Amino acid sequence: MDYFVAKKSEFKSGDRRIVQSARGEIGVFHHEGAFFAYANTCLHSGGLACEGLLMPKVVDIIAEDRTYQGQEFDETETHFVCPWHGWEYDIKTGQSIGDRRQFLRKYEVVERGDDVFVIA
Amino acid sequence: MNAPTPVNNVREVRFDEFSSSDSLIKATEQAHKRNYKDFLIVDVDSHHYESESYGEIFKYIENPVIRRQALESASRGGRSSMLGGSVGYQDIGGRITRHWLRKHEKTEGPEHRDVTTTLRWMNAMGVDYACLFPTPMLFLGTHPQVEIEVAMARAYNRWLCDTILEHEPRIISMLYLPFNDPDATYQMVKDFGHRKGVKGFMVTAPRYKPVHDNAYMKTYRLLEEMGLPISFHAAYNWNDQSLQLTNRFIGVHALGFMWFNMVHMTNWVVNGLPERFPKLKVMWIESGLTWAYSLMQRLDHSYKMRTSDCPSLKRKPSEYMREMYFSSQPMEMPDDPSILEATFKMINAETQLVWSSDYPHWDFDLPGVIYDLPFLNEQSKRNILGGNAARLFNLDPKPVKTIPPVGGFK
Repeated sequence: MDYFVAKKSEFKSGDRRIVQSARGEIGVFHHEGAFFAYANTCLHSGGLACEGLLMPKVVDIIAEDRTYQGQEFDETETHFVCPWHGWEYDIKTGQSIGDRRQFLRKYEVVERGDDVFVIA
Repeated sequence: MNAPTPVNNVREVRFDEFSSSDSLIKATEQAHKRNYKDFLIVDVDSHHYESESYGEIFKYIENPVIRRQALESASRGGRSSMLGGSVGYQDIGGRITRHWLRKHEKTEGPEHRDVTTTLRWMNAMGVDYACLFPTPMLFLGTHPQVEIEVAMARAYNRWLCDTILEHEPRIISMLYLPFNDPDATYQMVKDFGHRKGVKGFMVTAPRYKPVHDNAYMKTYRLLEEMGLPISFHAAYNWNDQSLQLTNRFIGVHALGFMWFNMVHMTNWVVNGLPERFPKLKVMWIESGLTWAYSLMQRLDHSYKMRTSDCPSLKRKPSEYMREMYFSSQPMEMPDDPSILEATFKMINAETQLVWSSDYPHWDFDLPGVIYDLPFLNEQSKRNILGGNAARLFNLDPKPVKTIPPVGGFK
């Protein structure tokens, strides 16, 4: 079934919507020109997985000589963070960063004219 | 082409408002699905942020000089404070959004704001009674001025009794003991042990006084006579010389919350305190469970070779430990549930484990961490979620909560 998400013109990159569906709530992200949609239920303890901060991946800077040189954000990989306990997910895949065997249920997003729908 | 009419609900995510009930709506769904309304759930370790009420609490400080220092200190936010604080970043760089969104939560009515917000999350989770503890004061045991710990503990306890416990029977507490002053510790039990809602007393674990010091025996004796339990609430001290070796919060948290309780438990057992105070109920809070599983084996192994080190013991250390109470959070969840099952067996969880949320702190647990375990029967689940705590705190086992409906879209 198709669920209306937003008018594309009103759904800016960096924004998100939470959509009620028969399968439960779905979080739809507009990220760098693409749409991604996942179940809004954290794999950890059932929190509102899609309603926390968007954070770039944190990386340790390890030099050629293998010494530690600090930390920085990797702006090429964005995570959305469950606000209950901090579980992080890759916004492009729904993969759990803390347990890479696990993925949030992903839903297809389609555009029809100026309308954005999620299929669930 | 005409735009379709949206027939489903859509909402945006807001970072300028907060509701404890809404943020826990998924917990409420779990509470309904698991029929928590049918049985008692007691949270033996939850928190509020007493620092938000310092203006009220400081007025309760008995000594006028310290009271003035505290009130003056509170008026200069951001500069050096009389109470100090703790190094750390529990909210994971802001990722735990309730920590900074909670200031937006609206409350109304005559009750103290902490009563209102506490009842909201309790109802949302399906909790009947919550044992409420402070937050910044968990670190007060390392304050260099003993008299400040005593003054603050007495002020906070009196404020908590007058403002919270007197007014809301579902909120209970084990009051803070100023353990760095043994005489003041004893006096605290004498003065506050009979107040409404006081179900025992709590020692914050990060501190450097040994629990077997003779100076504490009169307090243990008094608690035993009064039938009130003593608990040791874990926390960390990043200024501890060993823990200074860790460079990330995950390290100091994982170790620190076990470390101090492991030290106190070891001293408690090898010095024969369970033999000296056989009716004193002892509870260990917020160290998870794996430390107990490990320490029981470790002490038993050495005990058989070194009985002369602990001649007061008539049984193995683990046998005494198995008669104490352990709060569950943060409950480690190994991929293989048989490992957790073995831990439950080791600590005699069916009668000694008491569920705790630690809400609203960053690593809180829901009742589901117990209710959803595959190896527990329904009665064991109910014991751990409420029955054991009802026995420990002498609570009526009849459920009193009201779980809000969820049917709609948040």
